[in-house]
Order: sequence, then structure tokens, then C-alpha cells
Amino acid sequence: MSFIKTPAVPIESINPKVKDCEYAVRGEILNYALRLQEELEKNPGSRPFDEIIYSNLGNPHALGQKPITFFRQVLALCEYPALLDTDDTHKFFSSDAISRAKKIRSTLTGKSTGAYSHSKGAKGLREMIADGIALRDGYPANPEDIFLTDGASAAVHMIMQLLIRSENDGILCPIPQYPLYSAAITLHGGTLVPYYLSEAKGWGLEVFELKGNLDLARENGISVKAIVVINPGNPTGQVLSESNQQEIVELCRKEGLVLLADEVYQDNVYVKDKNFISFKRIIKSVGYSDDEISLVSFQSISKGYYGECGKRGGYMELCGFSEDVKDQIYKVASVNLCSNTSGQILASLIMNPPKPGEESHKLFFAEKEAILSSLGRRAKALEDAFNSMEGVSCQKAEGAMYLFPLIKLPNKAIEAAKKVNMVPDAFYALRLLDATGLVLVPGSGFGQAPGTWHVRTTILPDESKIPAIVSRLKAFHESFMKEFQD
Amino acid sequence: MGSDATASVTVESINPKVLKCEYAVRGEIVTHAQRLQQQLQTNPGSLPFDEIIYCNIGNPQSLGQQPITFFREVLALSDHPALLEKPETSVLFSSDSIARAKQILSSIPGKATGAYSHSQGIKGLRDAIAEGIAARDGFPANADDIFLTDGASPGVHNMMQLLLRSESDGILCPIPQYPLYSASIALHGGTLVPYYLDEATGWGLEISEVKKQLEDARSKGITVRALVVINPGNPTGQVLAEENQRQIVEFCKNEGLVLLADEVYQENIYVDDKKFNSFKKIARSMGYGEEDLPLVSYQSISKGYYGECGKRGGYMEVTGFSSSVREQIYKVASVNLCSNISGQILASLVMNPPKPGDASYESYVAERDGILKSLARRAKALEDALNSLEGVTCNKAEGAMYLFPQVRLPQKAIEAAKAAKKAPDAFYALSLLESTGVVVVPGSGFGQVPGTYHFRCTILPQEDKIPAIISRLTAFHEAFLNQYRD
Repeated sequence: MSFIKTPAVPIESINPKVKDCEYAVRGEILNYALRLQEELEKNPGSRPFDEIIYSNLGNPHALGQKPITFFRQVLALCEYPALLDTDDTHKFFSSDAISRAKKIRSTLTGKSTGAYSHSKGAKGLREMIADGIALRDGYPANPEDIFLTDGASAAVHMIMQLLIRSENDGILCPIPQYPLYSAAITLHGGTLVPYYLSEAKGWGLEVFELKGNLDLARENGISVKAIVVINPGNPTGQVLSESNQQEIVELCRKEGLVLLADEVYQDNVYVKDKNFISFKRIIKSVGYSDDEISLVSFQSISKGYYGECGKRGGYMELCGFSEDVKDQIYKVASVNLCSNTSGQILASLIMNPPKPGEESHKLFFAEKEAILSSLGRRAKALEDAFNSMEGVSCQKAEGAMYLFPLIKLPNKAIEAAKKVNMVPDAFYALRLLDATGLVLVPGSGFGQAPGTWHVRTTILPDESKIPAIVSRLKAFHESFMKEFQD
Repeated sequence: MGSDATASVTVESINPKVLKCEYAVRGEIVTHAQRLQQQLQTNPGSLPFDEIIYCNIGNPQSLGQQPITFFREVLALSDHPALLEKPETSVLFSSDSIARAKQILSSIPGKATGAYSHSQGIKGLRDAIAEGIAARDGFPANADDIFLTDGASPGVHNMMQLLLRSESDGILCPIPQYPLYSASIALHGGTLVPYYLDEATGWGLEISEVKKQLEDARSKGITVRALVVINPGNPTGQVLAEENQRQIVEFCKNEGLVLLADEVYQENIYVDDKKFNSFKKIARSMGYGEEDLPLVSYQSISKGYYGECGKRGGYMEVTGFSSSVREQIYKVASVNLCSNISGQILASLVMNPPKPGDASYESYVAERDGILKSLARRAKALEDALNSLEGVTCNKAEGAMYLFPQVRLPQKAIEAAKAAKKAPDAFYALSLLESTGVVVVPGSGFGQVPGTYHFRCTILPQEDKIPAIISRLTAFHEAFLNQYRD
């Protein structure tokens, strides 16, 4: 690419919101890791490690997790329907995959995955999802309130665009948060109003902390429109207690806040004493009516035990929105026509997986349990490793796919970071990458209490690699602490 | 609801840009058609037609067009790679689809089609697309300039978001235009600067008109950032002459405008005396390189002979921007991680279809040519039919998928429309729908010279339905004119 001397589009002339937005998960440290990987490929043995392990992103299949067989059978049959009626079909596909694919095809416009569907997603698929939601929660769901999107992220953008008029509009976000929220709020010109999760209490959410920040923002002239709650949490992994959820719902009702419930990790809970409860179920079980509280619930095919990140599927379920506002949401969805049909199909499958008695159920259940129990073991192994390290404390990952350990960096390390113009946790993460090949994301990318430093790692590397990762981590940390000993 | 003035989400409290944006292709008339469709299902025979025919949207596979076999073979194998391990696979799939699927899988880290890819799209697929572009144009293309997106539409949004800082920033758009552009400009808070295509000269683009509009906008304090050119045109169907394209390139270079080249219909050309030339080819053949012209070229898998709308695939090829601006474009792409893998795979297949000698080549060519020839016949049949109607003139569809006839509405009809509070062409289109079941989009949805009325109709219904559509259309039009004769 040639050097452009006087570009027609100078950097100063682009939308400042684009310049301001940040997304650390695929930021600086990843760029550096990619360069290291190239170097390793050209020059094997040039580094104290054999491979880069990308623990920066919740991307299970990239680290060896396999897709659920039933889901991929159904997808393949939907893509190439000629497969449905050959003599050999039953050699390749289970009978329930075949019947599910036929059922799904009959719901599609033109019976084809190649046609634009309804802008909310194919009606029949939304009905299947609504059935799945009703089974999960014990309360009915309306297919007309479901919008299928290319991953949950696209739905988050739609809602931010809808709610934010100017920087005088604020959105309450947990700190630490998944930086899609901070990025989306910046891109859409709003103000992020932080509320701090309490690390000492397992990253608990204190309602008085919420209210305090809400009141402060309002005093500063910010009109706070909504609150983001990520449950199970990212990067923190906590699963909210039911009473906590009830308090949040009550606060939203009282203060007129839209509740934005990021529930993409609903199928990732590793502790026996907690369960995922959807915010919709909480609202319905308390008995709130539609005009008392507005809720948007986000779900994704990228997480859980299915991990279908690359297929880009997800949905938002709207509760408590007027028809004319929903019409506006529909209108914006229609501008991009529809989300991709593979993602739509997978969303209908994850919310309606094989049931006991069905041909695929045994294999499905075995695959699912193996993945989830392995995730639980890996979460524990890495949590214990971090907690054994000097100056590091790590909250349990009750759910989701991450650990977010707190690292007490010595002053010398902080000064060394300042000297090279780096945030201290970014400095630590970069050194860690250099020594071990492990890519983590600095806590500053998610937000943290000022003066504290964290890193986020996923729990996703293959179980067989965990012992080596743990020993390299420990060795690095020991030597880092020694080097910068106060 | 709640105690605070900022309480519920109402149409008055949401982002006014959302209220402002319109997208007629799936607007009011389609909603009405869907209601009529429901009515037909619950009450067959209750309307003067048997079925609704959706001619409002370029959605070929919804109206019976079949996907290209080779493409779907490759997709199914990529979705369910377990198929590749079975001996029977070679009975069910062509050998070159098996080879291509294997090649694609090997370019994906871990062969994991469920993983998030690089935020610009899988490198190996971008390499294949770059090769396809180079083979098409005779000038090289760089994989790093390609950003794979969920359809071309998100790429359009990205550039509008990048370039528009406020309503003082403008984008030159053809009138009539595909209303993604007007919608996106409204959503991103900019100003649409119209330039009129000339109906009398086959919807020709006059550079003097564009210049006039540019200067007019500048005199009003608008900073015009870019020029949108849709070639082949939508809704107009014209294919630009090379000389015209050179003038456009020269104009953009001299005026410091980004050229946004919507080339999604590049494989839909029905006339022998015109061919598609990409703007990149034109610019490079004029000797203009990266330093001379910022150019964004859009392609999609939704059109051509492949019509894979529902898979949501496409790309923008971004050239002529400084590396610091490109980093910003990459950063925004990274916030949503990546586009869906199926769409990425199809984009690589569209730009690199089977070649002579490949096992699937002959059947691929037969399918492709069958579709394209049929499209050309349907375009001609509908164009002739429309031209035979009293008071209707219809320019030839040299390319794309639409006809955009002009209808001279009698004064009485215009008054009836006003009384019904509808734009006259919307009134006509609604009457057409209610008599015939055919759904077209009023010209007001695309923009037109004030005082003229049009509608856009696709050429996509199956060939065997065209005679019936023509006769119903003809009968309706005669009756309408008689009803409102001055």
C-alpha cells in the first residue's frame, strides 16, 4: 500500500465518535500477538513458546471446541436440500435432523435459506424460539416481540441508536463491562454512566451503588435512559441472585429505566448453588405489567455450549414497548433487510434442542455435558492458579467464559509502564504475552476501580493445554514480581 | 410509569434520526400486502386474486430462483465437515466442491467455521476475492483492502458513519436511488445532496448536473464528503458508459470526494452493447492510483445470478485512504467481531466460480446462463408490457433487477390521493395491489423529479407467471385510468 501524502480524507475529518470508540478485545495486544505469530511461523524456536494462545476472546471453536453435531447436520441439510431425499441420506444424518431441517425449510420464504426473510427473522423460527423461551421461563413469549440479528451485538447497536439522542442521554453500565457497550454508546453519541460492581463481594451488584450513580448523573444534567446488566457477567463471571435481580427490576420500574439484559451466557453456569433466571421471568413472576417496565433481553448463539461465534446469530426479545416504538425498531431492522439465515436457524436450534427420546438426544446431551463440565473444570483450574500467585486474587467464575484476576502491581512496575507510555495492566499483559505466548486483555479495556489492575483471560484453551498454561503463567508472574520488586 | 420525566420510551423520546429515516422497500405497502396475504389464508376467494406476488424487493430465491448447486455443495460441506470423512460423500457431492470445501477449511484456523474470524474476514477467502477482482479488472487487488460484511449494507453504514460528523456533511446521491442511502444518511445525521438522473436519456448521469448540485450544496455551507454511484443502477437499471465513468472519476479526484461505487449488480447486464467496468478498473486505467482517489467498491452475494440474499454476504474494497483512517475502519469492524462465515464463503465463491475443466463447470454455466437469460427475457417482457400502457413510459432495464416506469396520473387521481393523504404514486401502487395482488414500491420511495410519478417493480417472478401478471396489470391500469379520467 503506497503512502498517501495529502489524503482526500484526512484523519481529522472523520467522525470523532469513530475516533473515540475503543474495543480492547481486538485492540493493541492482539495486533502485537498477530505479529508475534507471524514471527514464530517464519522463525520457529525464536520465542520461549511454541504457539500463541488466543485467550483474549470468547471464541470456543477457535481453540478446539467442536460444534454440536445435531446443529450442523440440520444446517447442512437446510443449505443443500438435495441431501434430504437421497438413498444415502440416512447414512449421514439422523432422522430427527432430517425432520427438523424439513420443518425449518417450510418456514422459510421461498423455502430457501437464500431468500431475505421477514426483517424480524422467519416467523416459524421466531415461534420456535418463543416456545423455547416459554419452556425456560414458565411464561409465554410473543414471536412478534423477537428480532433475530447477526449476533447479539447488532441488536445492542439498534437499541443504543434508538435510545440515544445526544451526549445528554446516558446509559448505566457495569464496571467492569464487555466493551461492546462502551464502544456502542460512544459510536451513537451518548454518555456512559458507570456503576461499579463490588469485587470484594464476588463482583456483586449493589442497588444503592446503582442509585447513587443514577442520581449523580441526573444532577449533572444527564437523562439516563437505560441500564445494562450482564448476567452471567462478562468479564466478571458472577451470576446474580434472584433477590438482586428483583431489586434491579424494581429500581428500573421506579426510575423509568429500560432494562437491557445481556443474557448471552445463560447456558454457562458452573456452580450448583446458582441458576440462570431470565429477567423476563423475574418481571413476570413479580407480576409487573407491560406498561410498568421496558425490558430488552439479548441472547446469542456464540456462547453456551454451542459456541457458534462465526455463524453470527442471536436475538433480542422486547417487553413493555409500545406498538409505535416497536414499529420504529422494525423499520430500522428493515433497512438492512434481515439477519443471516444460518444464524437464524441456529438460534431456533439452541432454544429448541433435541429432547429425551429423540434419536439425536443421547449424542447431543453427551456433547453438551462434556463441554460444560470441561468448562467448569477449566474455570476452577485457572482460578486456583491465579489465586496461588503472589499479589493476585481471582473471583470465582460462577458463569460465562472468563476470569478477571486482580493483580497488585508493584510501584516499580507501574513506573516502568509509565515510562513507556503504557497503562500498567497493558504493560503486564504485554510482558506476559512476550514470555508465555498467552494473549489476555488488560483490565483497563473493561473498566475497573481506579488504582486497581486486572487482566481478562478466557477459560477456553483446550483442557490438555491448561497445565502448561498454568505453569508458564506462574513462572512468568514470579519473575515479573521479582524484576519489579519494591 | 416511573417518577422521572425521562420515564417511558415513546416515539417522542427516541432518537429523531430513527424517526426521520425511511425505507419504502419494506414500508407501508408491504405491511398492507402481508395483511392481505393473511386474509387470503383465512378467507380464500375473498379477494380478486389468488396470491400476493412480491415485486417490491430484489429477493430472487423467494420467487423460485434456485441457488447455484456448486455453491450450496461447498456451503454444506463447510458447515458439516464430518461429511468429508465419509466415503459416500463422493457419491453425493461433485469432486470439485469437495476439493474447494477442503481448501476453504484449510484456510480457516482449526478448520473451525464456527469461530469468529479476522475482523476483515478470513484471509484465505480475501485472497481468493482479490484474485477474482484482479482477473475481472486486469489490475491487482490487495486482500488487506477487503472488508467482508453481512451483505453490502453494513459496509455502506460503516462509510456513512465514518464520513458524517453532522448535518453539515453531505453525500451526493442519485435520484432515484436505492433508499438504503437516504436511510443511512438520515440515521447517521448527515445531509443527502441529490443529483438527478435524466429519464429522457435512459436515466443518464450528466456530470454537469452533479457539479451543479455539488456547488449548490457548498454554497449552502454543506461539506460534501462523497459521491454515491450505483452501477448498474437501482431502481433505474442503466449501465454507465465508460466515458461517463471516467468523467465521474475525474470529478471525484478534482473535488476531493470519496467515490462510493455500489456495484452489486455487476453480474446483471442484459444488453449486448454495454458491459460492466468497475470503477477501480476505470480509475487505474486512467493512471490513477491510491494517492489520487479514495474509492470504496461494494459487491454483494445477494444479486447477480446467485441471489443469495438470506446468507448476508458482501464486501467493500477500500482503496485510497491513509493507514490511520484505515485503522479506524478496521477498529469499527472489530467491535462487531466479524461477518458471518457462510456469507464470507459465498463471497469467495461468487468471485471465484468454477473454471473450464472443473467437474462442475458445465452444470454451473448452464445454471448461471439459464438464470441470466431468463432475467433478460423477463426484463424485456415487462418493459414492453409497461410501455404498451396508456400514459406509461418505461426505460429499458440494461441491468440490475428492476423496472421503474413513469406513470402519468390524471389530475383526478392525484386529487383522490391527496384526499386519502397518500402520495399519488403510493395511491396508485396501493390500488394496484388491491386489484391484482402485485406488490410494487411507489417511486416516491426512491426519489423522482417533483411532479413525476413512478413505481419500481422487480423482474423476478418466475417466467411462467409473467403473462398473468402482465394481463392483470394491463386490466388494472385501464380500469384505473377510466375511473379517474379527466
